[in-house]
Amino acid sequence: MEKIKEDIIILGGGMAGLRAAVAAAEYSDKLSVGVVSKLYPLRSHSVSAEGGTSAVLDPKDSFDMHAFDTIKGSDYLADQDAVEEFVRLVPEQIYTTDHWGCPWSRNPDGTISQRDFGALSFPRATFAADKTGFHVMQTLFSRALMHPNIHFYNEYFATSLFIEDNRLNSVTAFNLRTGDFVVFQSKSFIFAAGGAGRLFQFSTYAHSVSGDGDALAYRAGIPLKDLEFIQFHPTGLVPSGILITEAARAEGGILLNSENDRFMKKYAPHKLEKASRDVVSRGMMWEILAGRGIKGKYGDTEYIHLDLRHIADKLDERLPMITEIARKFNGIDAHTELLPVHPAAHYTMGGIDSNVKTTTSIPGIFAAGENACVSIHGSNRLGSNSTNECLALGNVAGIAAAKYALEHDIPSLVSRNVELEEKRIWDDILRRDGGENVAKIRDDLRNNMDRNVGVFRTEEGLTRSLKNIENLKSRYANITIQDKSRVFNMELEWALELGFMLDLAEIITKGALLRKESRGAHYRDDFPKRDDLNFLKHTIATYSKDGPIISYRPVVITKWQPTERSY
Amino acid sequence: MVEEYEFEIKRKDESGKVYYQTYRVPKDQISTVLEGLLYIKENIDHTLDFRYSCRMEICGSCGMEINGKPRTACSTIVKQLKKDHVKIEPLKHYRVIKDLVVDMDPFFEKYKEVKPYIIRNDDGVYDRELKQTPEQFYEYANYSMCIKCGLCMAACPIVGSDPQYLGPAPLAAAWRFIADNRDEGAKYRVAVIDGEEGTSRCHFSGECTEVCPKGVDPSFAIQKLRKVSFKIELASLFGRS
Repeated sequence: MEKIKEDIIILGGGMAGLRAAVAAAEYSDKLSVGVVSKLYPLRSHSVSAEGGTSAVLDPKDSFDMHAFDTIKGSDYLADQDAVEEFVRLVPEQIYTTDHWGCPWSRNPDGTISQRDFGALSFPRATFAADKTGFHVMQTLFSRALMHPNIHFYNEYFATSLFIEDNRLNSVTAFNLRTGDFVVFQSKSFIFAAGGAGRLFQFSTYAHSVSGDGDALAYRAGIPLKDLEFIQFHPTGLVPSGILITEAARAEGGILLNSENDRFMKKYAPHKLEKASRDVVSRGMMWEILAGRGIKGKYGDTEYIHLDLRHIADKLDERLPMITEIARKFNGIDAHTELLPVHPAAHYTMGGIDSNVKTTTSIPGIFAAGENACVSIHGSNRLGSNSTNECLALGNVAGIAAAKYALEHDIPSLVSRNVELEEKRIWDDILRRDGGENVAKIRDDLRNNMDRNVGVFRTEEGLTRSLKNIENLKSRYANITIQDKSRVFNMELEWALELGFMLDLAEIITKGALLRKESRGAHYRDDFPKRDDLNFLKHTIATYSKDGPIISYRPVVITKWQPTERSY
Repeated sequence: MVEEYEFEIKRKDESGKVYYQTYRVPKDQISTVLEGLLYIKENIDHTLDFRYSCRMEICGSCGMEINGKPRTACSTIVKQLKKDHVKIEPLKHYRVIKDLVVDMDPFFEKYKEVKPYIIRNDDGVYDRELKQTPEQFYEYANYSMCIKCGLCMAACPIVGSDPQYLGPAPLAAAWRFIADNRDEGAKYRVAVIDGEEGTSRCHFSGECTEVCPKGVDPSFAIQKLRKVSFKIELASLFGRS
C-alpha cells in the first residue's frame, strides 16, 4: 500500500479542479497541490463545453440582470444571495484566463466579443468559437504547468473517502496503471469531479462522467442537494448524443417538427428556440409524443430537426466544431442539410451540498463545479452558466483550501479504514462470481433512467424506477469481473463506477418521487404546476445503510419574489 | 445473416505476452471504431482495454493505429475504412502498458519542455482584457486546436528513430505561444526549440500534419520556429531581447 501526502488534494482535473489547483498553488508556493484524476489531463468532460460562459463585461449589462436571468432560469430554486455574489466573481476570471492565453473570440477591434444564449436578457456569453470548454481547459492546464508545486496523479481511481472526528482522514484509490492501492492524505480537500450524466443512456456527457464525486461524498456522510434536477439539453445529436451547442439556436438556428412547423412559438412565444433549456426540451418532447417527431434512418428514435441552413455563413467562424461534428459523425453538411436532434441528459444541477464559499458540512472539505450544488442553478441551469461557475468557484475553492491547509496539519491515518477498503476492492468486488455482467446492469440502469426519470416523470414511473434500481442492486451483488489482472483493469473501474451510479440513481428517483410539483427540469405529468407553498425548498439527501434520508431546506430569497415563469 | 466486421486487435497482457485476437462485431450495432471496441468489451471479452472518454474527438484519449495509421477511434467511422477487416494496434513510438493503452507520460514531459504557457512581464495583474484582433488570433489559431492525442508523435519517423526528439506536438505548441501577441516569452523557448532535439531534427516529411484529426499543421509550425529562433538569436547577439 502506497501512502501519498499533499497539503491539498483535488479530486478531478476538469475545469473547476484545474482552476482550484492553480489558485491554491499561486496562493502560496509553499503548499503542495495534488490533482487526482481517473483520466489524463485534458481528457475531462470540461473540454466538451461548447457555446460560452456568461460574464458581465459590457457597461450596458449589469450584475442584477445576470443574477435575475439565472434566478428566473432556476425557476426560483437558486439561493439568491449566492447568485448575487457569484455573478460578481465572474468578470475577473475572463480577464485572468485572457492573460493566460485563452483565445476568447474577439470583435474586429480586438476587444472580447459576446453573444446571445438561451434565456439571457443581454448577450453576455463570452466564447471561444464553439470550443469554449476546450480552450479554457488548455489555458488552465498550461497555467498549471508553470507551477512545480502542482502534482498530477493521472489515472488514479478514487474508491472511498474516510472522515474521522469531523475531518477528512484519507482518500483511497487505485493506480490504474499498476493496480497499486494508494492512500492519499491531505490538510484540505476539494471535490471537483463533475456531474453524473452517464446515468442516462441518451446523454451529451463523456463516457467517464459517472458521478464518482457525488457518490464518494454521499457515502462518507456529506449530504447531497437537489439531485433530482437533471438538465436535458434540447439538442443532442441523434444517434450519438453529442452536444450541438445552444449557440446554434442563439445564432439563429430554428427547430422544426415533421410538419416543418416552427413549433416553439406555441411553448415560448417570445423567446422561441432561445427559451431556457427545460422549456425547449419539453416542447420538443411534446411534439414527438403528439406524433410530430421525425423518423428516419436512426432506428426507432424519433427526433426533431435543427435547421441552420439560413445561417450557413456564420457556421465556419462561430460554430465550426458542431459543423465538423455533423459532417464527421453523421455525414451531414449543416450548411445545406437539417440536423437530427433529441433532448439529452446534459447537466447535474444537484451535487454536494455546498455554498458560494465552496464549504461543505465537513471543515476542510470544499466542492466546486458541477460536483457542487451551491445552489446557483436551482432546478434548471442557464446555458453559459457552468464554465463560469467552474472558473469563479474553482478559484474560491482553491484559495479557501490553501488557507485551511496553512492552518492545519494532516491527521494521523486511521489504518483500519484503508485495510478494510483494500479488502473490499480486491477480495470482495474483484472476486465476486455471480455471473452478472457489469455492462448489462449499467445498460439496464440507463434505460430505466431514460424511461422513468427523464424529461417527463410520474408517480407510477418513479415508483417503478425505485423497484428497478433495487433489483439492479441485487444483481450488482452478483457480478462477475472476468478480468482479474492488476494492470489497467478497466472492468474493475466500470464495476466501481456502477456502484456509485446505483446509489445516485436511487437518490435522484427518490427526490423526484417526493417532489410533487413541476419546477425547472423536474416535470411531473401528475403535478404539472410549480408549488411554492410546499416545494420552494432544497432536497437534502443524507446517507444511511437503508437508503437516502430525505430532508428539506428553505431557499434563500433576497429581492426577487417568485413569479410565474414564461419565455 | 447479420453482416459483421472483423476486429483484429493487438493485445498485451500484464505478463508482457503479446498476441493478436480477432473479434466479430455486427455491422448494424456500431458506427465508429470506438463503438466497436466498446461492443467487444461489453459483450464478448471484458478483459480488452483501451482509453476513451468524450467520443466526440475533443479529449484526445483514444489514439491508436487503425489499419496501419494513427487515428482517434471515436471519430473513425468503420464504414469509411472501406474494409470489413479492421486491424487495431497501440500507437507506435509509445511504451505499451496493456492492450491498446500506452504510456503518455513521455509525451506530456516533452510537451512541458517548450514552456507551453503565456509568459508575460506583468504576470499577476488581471484588471483588464488584452487586445487581440481576429487577424492576430489567426496567427496561432491552427496550433491552438491540438487535443494532445499524440497521433503526430506516432506518425513522425524521427520520433521513431530518436525518442529524445521533442516531436511535432510540443514544437507546434511552442509556436502556438510564440505567435500569440499576448506572449512575451519567445526568448525563453529558443534554447529548447533550437537545441539538439529541437526543430533541426525535423525532415519535413509532413506525416504529423497528415494524421492530425484536428487539422493542426505542426510541420508548418516547425518551419516558422526555425525562422523566428534565428531572429531572436540575432537580436540577442546585438544586445536586444
